[in-house]
Amino acid sequence: MRPLSPVKAPAARTEQIILFRVSGQIFAVSSASVQEVRGVDSLSGAAKEMSYPALRKVKYFVRRGENSVYVINAALHFGLPPAPPALVFVLRRTRTALLIDGIEKMTSMSRLQALPLAYCHEERTWYRGLTALDQTVVPVVKPDGFLTPEELFLLDASLAQEADAEANRQAEREAEHAQEVESLNQLQDNHDTGITQ
Amino acid sequence: MTAIAETDLQSFVLLRLGDRRFAVKADQIAELVAPSRIFRFPHRTSEVEGVILRRGRIVPVCDVAEKLLGKGLKSRRFYLIAQRRYGSQTEWVALPVTGDCELINAEMTLPGDADGPHVSGWLSHAGDVIEVLNLAALTPGPTEIAPTPPPAPLQQNEARP
Repeated sequence: MRPLSPVKAPAARTEQIILFRVSGQIFAVSSASVQEVRGVDSLSGAAKEMSYPALRKVKYFVRRGENSVYVINAALHFGLPPAPPALVFVLRRTRTALLIDGIEKMTSMSRLQALPLAYCHEERTWYRGLTALDQTVVPVVKPDGFLTPEELFLLDASLAQEADAEANRQAEREAEHAQEVESLNQLQDNHDTGITQ
Repeated sequence: MTAIAETDLQSFVLLRLGDRRFAVKADQIAELVAPSRIFRFPHRTSEVEGVILRRGRIVPVCDVAEKLLGKGLKSRRFYLIAQRRYGSQTEWVALPVTGDCELINAEMTLPGDADGPHVSGWLSHAGDVIEVLNLAALTPGPTEIAPTPPPAPLQQNEARP
């Protein structure tokens, strides 16, 4: 008779997270939600500045294919004092990139607790929940909680309006140019006619 | 004591906020604990100070003195951990208090029309008339309670930065 093999306890399910800093505050995000981590300097070529007064947290946008990805200042989003960001997280399956101060470390969490119901305002859309790590509590951000569908709609509309205005300005410039060319041609014609007569 | 009087008696925990005492029904109290570190993170619910870790649970801290006395507490001696009902759910909330708490049996008088929503009744104890607090009106929570789904399951790792 063979001895019974010892029953292995199922391994605790964990999720890899990145702890990051914004104005001295630590947050966590699932590493699976982060598509790219880039330095802010690498953004400067591709990102275009935008100003939408109702959404001051959106500082830039980047064209990616047919879509625009909006770059959000995390400190302004969370109402923290502004600090110079050093890194950008491009968040997977969203149209959001996040300006942050830095990465603290990568670790894993084994338990995510729902945000207590006492928190009953905007923060419910910001966080997936809270996790306890090394005797501290860290909020775990919701990647799609930085811009609501309404805010995305407004930003898209603002960019479309800006693009239309730019197209109109371009058309006006071209029309003016065509008119100048026409006038010059007419002058030339008159001049030529005068010479032949 | 008659049988009728016994059934009218209920247990309450008396708590102290500054120089005033209030009561909460004892069946709503989980425990009284020493103050521990408050963890703070950005949010927009001004009535919540932060959270404490207690027995593996993350418990929000709500200073109810602001609403009851018109000013927040400068010092706190304990956290009274109470069970706050949200529809069919119950969650713990930690209420900072400034002194010892006491368990008493007393008869509660129902609130009057002039009482605020945070008053669920009145007690007479040791010569004092004491408000029994309605935690649902005193601590924040969503106005409409939808059943809270459990937090999303932990995600598999698909990518690394």
